Amino acid sequence: MTDNTQTNEPHVLPLSIYLGVGSILIFLTAVTVYAASFNFGEFNLLIAMLIATVKASLVAMYFMHLKYDNKLYLLLFLSAIVFLGIFIVITMFDTLRRGDIYEIKAGAIRDAVIYDSLHITPDAHALEDSLSISTDTTEIVIDTTK
Amino acid sequence: MSQSHTNQPAFMQHHFSDAEQQRESAKLGMWLFLLTEILLFGGLFVFYAIYRAWHPEMFHNAHKVLDVTMGATNTIVLITSSITMALSIRSIQLNKIKQTIWFLVTTLLLAGTFMVIKYFEYEHKIHLGQLPGHYYTYTGVEGTNQHVFFSAYFLMTGLHGIHVFVGMCLIGWLIFKTKAGMFSSQYYTHIEMTGLYWHLVDLIWIFLFPLFYLIG
Repeated sequence: MTDNTQTNEPHVLPLSIYLGVGSILIFLTAVTVYAASFNFGEFNLLIAMLIATVKASLVAMYFMHLKYDNKLYLLLFLSAIVFLGIFIVITMFDTLRRGDIYEIKAGAIRDAVIYDSLHITPDAHALEDSLSISTDTTEIVIDTTK
Repeated sequence: MSQSHTNQPAFMQHHFSDAEQQRESAKLGMWLFLLTEILLFGGLFVFYAIYRAWHPEMFHNAHKVLDVTMGATNTIVLITSSITMALSIRSIQLNKIKQTIWFLVTTLLLAGTFMVIKYFEYEHKIHLGQLPGHYYTYTGVEGTNQHVFFSAYFLMTGLHGIHVFVGMCLIGWLIFKTKAGMFSSQYYTHIEMTGLYWHLVDLIWIFLFPLFYLIG
C-alpha cells in the first residue's frame, strides 16, 4: 500500500514502438493486397491468413499491450482463439468429410428472389442454375477416394 | 470503513484495496468481454468457412464484385485509427491532456471516414441488388447460392460496422470527459478499455478484409 504511487505509474512505451508497429501493419496491408494479385491456387487462403495473423498478433501484442501486461490477459485472449479454432476445425471436419460416410450434396437455397422469380434473371447462366436446383447440384465432396 | 479511504484518490471505489487492483479488475473484465466478442464473430467466421468450402468457385466469382481499393483504403484508415487510439493512451499516461484529446479526435474522424466509405460501398451494393439472402436480385455472379456470399458479407461487415459505431460513441464520450478533466496519468481506465475494444474492432477487420475483398 505504501508504494501505491510506484505501482500506479503507467508503463509508457516509446513512441517509436507505436509508429514502427503501425508502419509494419500498413506495409503488410500493401503486401497482402499485392499477394492477392497472384494466383497461388490452394495457397491463396493460407498466405492471406498468415499475413492477417501476423498483423493481428502485432495489434494484440503492442497496441493491446499483451506483451507487457499481466500474462493472464494473454491467456484469456489465446483461450478465445483456441476455442474458435476448435469450433472451426471440428465443424469443417464434419462438413467436408461427411460425404465419406453417405452421399450428401450442397444444393441451392431457394430463398433468394433469383430462384423463385425467374423472369428477373436475364442472364442465361443464372437461369440455368436456378432451374437445375433439384437435379444438378454442386457436390460438397467431389473426391471421396482420398 | 469510509474513514480509511479519505486519503484515497477520488476515482478509487471503496471495494478495491488499491488503484492497481481496481485497474487490473477492469482490465480482466474487459478481456473477458473481448473474449465473448471474438466468439460472437467466431460463429459468423464458421458460417463463412462452411459456405466457402461448399461453393469455392461461387465465392471466388462473387468476391470480384467487391471494390478492393475501397476495402484497402478502409483497412489503412482503420489501422491508422488504431495507431492514434494507442497514442492517445500513451499521451494520457504522460499526462498530456491536450494531446490526448487531439489523438482521440483524430481517431473519431478516421472512424467516421471508415463509416463513410462503408456507406458508399453498401449504397452501391443495395442499388445493384447485391443483397443478402431473400433480397438478392443481382445476376452478374455465376455459381450456386450467390446470395449466401452477400449474406456473409453484410452480416460480418454489418456487425463490424455496428461495433465501429459503438466505438465512435465511446470515443466521443471520452473526448467530452477528457475535456472535463476526468482523466490523468493516475486514472485513465476508460480510455484504456475503449482502446482495447477499438483494437479488437481493428483486429477483426484485419481478417474480414482479405476474406472478402482479396480471396473471396
